[in-house]
Amino acid sequence: MRELIWLIPLIPLLSSVTLMLSSGKFPRLLIGLLGVGSVGSAALLTLALGLDFMANPEVLQLTLWTWMQVGSFAPGVAFYFDGLTLVMMSVITGVGFLIHLFSTEFMEDDVSYARYFAYLNMFVAAMLVLVMADNLLLLYLGWEGVGVCSYLLVGFWYQNSANGQAARKAFIVTRIGDTAMALGLLLLFTELGTLNIQSMVGAANESWQVGDTLPLIACLLLLGGAVGKSAQLPLHTWLPDAMAGPTPVSALIHAATMVTAGVYLIARTHGLFLLAPTAMLVVAIIGITTSLIAAFTALMQSDIKRILAYSTISQIGYMFLALGVGAWTAGIFHLMTHAFFKALLFLGSGAIIHCLHHEHNIFKMGGLRSKMPVTFWSFMIGSAALAALPMTSGFFSKDQILLEAYQFPDIGPWLWFAGLCGALLTAMYSFRLVFVVFFGQVKTKPDKDTGWRMALPLSVLCGLSLVGGYFIIPVESVFPMSTGTHPAHWVEYVSISVPLVGLLLAYLIFQSGQLRVDGLVNSAIGKIMRQFWLSGWGIDWLYERLFVRPYYAFASLLKAEPVDAVYGLVVTFNEALNGWLSQSQTGRMRWYITSMVAGLVVLVAVALQLSPEAI
Amino acid sequence: MIMVNLILILLVGGLLAMISERFGKNVPRIVALGIVLIDLVYLLSQLSGMSDLTQLQAPIPSDPGTWLMHFKAEWIPAFGISLELALDGISLLMVTLTLVLGAIAVSASWTDIKIRRGFFEANLLWTLAGVLGVFMALDLFLFFLFWEVMLIPMYFMIAIWGHENRGYAAMKFFIFTQVSGLLMLISILALVSVNQSATGQWSFSYFDLLGTPMSEKVAHWLMLGFFIAFVVKLPAFPFHTWLPDAHTQAPTAGSVILAGILLKTGAYGLIRFAVPLFPEAAMDFSYVAMALGAAGIIYGAILAFGQTDFKRLIAYSSVSHMGFVLLGVYAWNELALQGAVMQMVAHGFSTAALFMIAGALQERLHTRELREMGGLWQHMPRMGAVAMFFVLASLGLPGLGNFVAEFLVLLGLFQVDPWMTAVAALGLIAGAVYSLMLMQRSFHGEPNPKLTEMGLVDFGTREMITMVVMMLALIGLGIYPQPLLDMAQPVLQSLLEVTP
Repeated sequence: MRELIWLIPLIPLLSSVTLMLSSGKFPRLLIGLLGVGSVGSAALLTLALGLDFMANPEVLQLTLWTWMQVGSFAPGVAFYFDGLTLVMMSVITGVGFLIHLFSTEFMEDDVSYARYFAYLNMFVAAMLVLVMADNLLLLYLGWEGVGVCSYLLVGFWYQNSANGQAARKAFIVTRIGDTAMALGLLLLFTELGTLNIQSMVGAANESWQVGDTLPLIACLLLLGGAVGKSAQLPLHTWLPDAMAGPTPVSALIHAATMVTAGVYLIARTHGLFLLAPTAMLVVAIIGITTSLIAAFTALMQSDIKRILAYSTISQIGYMFLALGVGAWTAGIFHLMTHAFFKALLFLGSGAIIHCLHHEHNIFKMGGLRSKMPVTFWSFMIGSAALAALPMTSGFFSKDQILLEAYQFPDIGPWLWFAGLCGALLTAMYSFRLVFVVFFGQVKTKPDKDTGWRMALPLSVLCGLSLVGGYFIIPVESVFPMSTGTHPAHWVEYVSISVPLVGLLLAYLIFQSGQLRVDGLVNSAIGKIMRQFWLSGWGIDWLYERLFVRPYYAFASLLKAEPVDAVYGLVVTFNEALNGWLSQSQTGRMRWYITSMVAGLVVLVAVALQLSPEAI
Repeated sequence: MIMVNLILILLVGGLLAMISERFGKNVPRIVALGIVLIDLVYLLSQLSGMSDLTQLQAPIPSDPGTWLMHFKAEWIPAFGISLELALDGISLLMVTLTLVLGAIAVSASWTDIKIRRGFFEANLLWTLAGVLGVFMALDLFLFFLFWEVMLIPMYFMIAIWGHENRGYAAMKFFIFTQVSGLLMLISILALVSVNQSATGQWSFSYFDLLGTPMSEKVAHWLMLGFFIAFVVKLPAFPFHTWLPDAHTQAPTAGSVILAGILLKTGAYGLIRFAVPLFPEAAMDFSYVAMALGAAGIIYGAILAFGQTDFKRLIAYSSVSHMGFVLLGVYAWNELALQGAVMQMVAHGFSTAALFMIAGALQERLHTRELREMGGLWQHMPRMGAVAMFFVLASLGLPGLGNFVAEFLVLLGLFQVDPWMTAVAALGLIAGAVYSLMLMQRSFHGEPNPKLTEMGLVDFGTREMITMVVMMLALIGLGIYPQPLLDMAQPVLQSLLEVTP
């Protein structure tokens, strides 16, 4: 049974290729069946595999063929399956299946129905390869593959150039990280002689000491790839723009799966990161900083999808924090619960956008509680989990991260405190969204409610967001054991109560209006800060001036091809010579005779000078 | 004799194609396609009789007996000039690539060429014959002859059937190649005379000239003569400026042959002659060559981004991609060399396909100007999807041949110079920038209302077949490149043993 693991990525891949070859000639029902069915069967196979694994937790390594072999460089098209792989595969195929089902209703009126499912299936296949790869080169194939699918889906509605702009930005910004990662691969192979993850980590532990420079460089290069894909500082700017794609795409790629690839990469190579404590510290600091910056930005946005996008950046920041402090299990656990509740929130927003004539502005929504009950409850549950209110799935995972962060040596309490500030902000922005959209006056009337193909995935994800915290992920043999100590009880109490305070603040400000913040917002400093946070801390502005415009200017400067000008000089010189010499061809006999005589005189004079004795 | 036949079929076939125009305007293209396919089938049938090609023995460079095929006939014995042809794994790869892309080029010229079709196809076939000669000749005089033979019909193709600025482009192409070829001729003659003074024998044979003893200074100068001829052809920065003009102005089939095959003769020359004939000098020079390669990658990518002419953009992308070949050759280890050879093949397909798309667009829109395109996917979804595929191949998407090539080059280079590798890797980012911009400006974006009225026709069956062949080739190279690697491996192995 387990040897058939290769079928899991292959089925969506084949479905994708079939849909591409169909040139849109299949009936919609068939397209839907192929698109949803392929991911559904992958999910079922994953389930069967998972049950098998639970009964007999044995790691599987399966080589299909040697991809290429040059000397000792011989990466295989080979899979590695352990508890971590299982968690990732379950999220990808399970949540992926629900989102595919949701898409059949969301995209039902789109002319490019087949193209949509072709890309989406391709994405699932590539993402599966990414998490199943047993070596970093195959992982890189999946890594670039999901990047391309993300590019294609963000720019899915290609007739609008703004979408193309967003798609390109997503691809190019992540490619900057990917290139760093590729260099990391080169370094790891050159130093350790293999790209197979398990043997590479083994070799690293044999030839490197904790704190050496080489593992630090290698980890930082891999981290470059991770921050690009997972939208962390300084490469996070592409994710908010990537919301230009269809909303189910944002749910699948830009919330539940692809953006967590960086977290997966670091978790998968944790044996390497343990050799580079400095790199882990950098991971933690990047995580917490990103988390805070994105949370502030989310609080200011009015586009429902941008709120969720910044929230995703912020939550992945928590995962990075977890990885940085060595809370591997907590990080992966948060990855899973986040996939549930963030997919739920995105699909919920998709339902609103679908039923509200593509409205994105939350201030033009309102009072949707009674009109769209399923969506309302989805948002209630999703936001509660996002804010980590007690007993929801997000609570269990985030709480664990904060407690482990607190115990990190030296700066642990600071990381914990910063994490708490983030948690407070998270509760505020998520319930701001709920209060503004679902309570108060009805501002735009929905023209329909969700059908079953939307309601069913929402309901299942609601369930998962509630009970997901009780799942036990089978990664105890993958990661080193945590210390198991607990911080003082007050730390735990504070961690639990902060989100509740955030909820209360959001209620007082955005619902009951008892807490007036107008004065603060409209003060001079308030306005500047608001604008600053709204723009995402001016980072896009900065990059535009630092990189984009200079590159354009440089390219247009070089367009005239300065190198050719050098060859042009040769041409000019020859033409000048030609012009000068052709002047001697006047066609007048007098001139010719004169110059011949003059030449003769010169020649005789030269001859006399050279050999006077000849005379 | 097989090798001579391969060339003769094309030479005579060219004459036939020219004559066949009397029987109808469309006959020459059928004749030409038939000739190239016959040549290809002939090659494959001869190979199938041989032992398993993936289990090749390492040919010893100085011993023709160990090569896959060897042919030698006297020509001008007084100067030691002979008709000497030989084939090893690398030349076999290049010969096969030439014939496959040759057939594709004929397909590209199917409806593109309106006047003097017979003469056009003849030039096409003669260029191919010259290229085959270059890839197989191992007598340096004969090699130089073929080097010139492939140039002249190519010049005609650009000068007669090219676009608006064809005269200038053809002349520029000719002069660049001619001048650099002259330097090579001088080097060849000097090398032969150095060899003669050492051995007392006149010989132009590669096998005799290998390991010619000479002073360090002489070796440097002679190496430079070869080097310049080859990097002009490759082309490497800063000798590349003929290429954007020639590629842009050539008819589609000409661009396909130029980019797909002709550029590779430069790379082949470096691997076959410039390094093995002067191993020490070449190794001393390697940092300069690699720096030129890295500079070419970045410079080509930035200039490609600045272009608004579809074909010109692809032409500059070739400069960028050929930088990887130069890097791979001068990093001179197995990984990098395999990458360079792989890049020669993969780039041959990806660029040929992009030029064909450019040609198809020009035929339909009568412009190559990207600013006048936009939203073409809506009118021609098949062409759009195919273009997307090759754009992704060209930006190095894993799973396609170009990625394997570029990754191997970088991997080999990293062992020689990590910093240079980091610079070259920037090309991966810049490559994505211009590639996606090309896609945005042509097939994505708002549909141009003027184009909607033109009633654009999507790719037809003939075009799709051509494209699918190349797509399958790139996918094959991308996920299972081993047969190619195995074919090149013994040759590279023995070449590596030549250098200190």
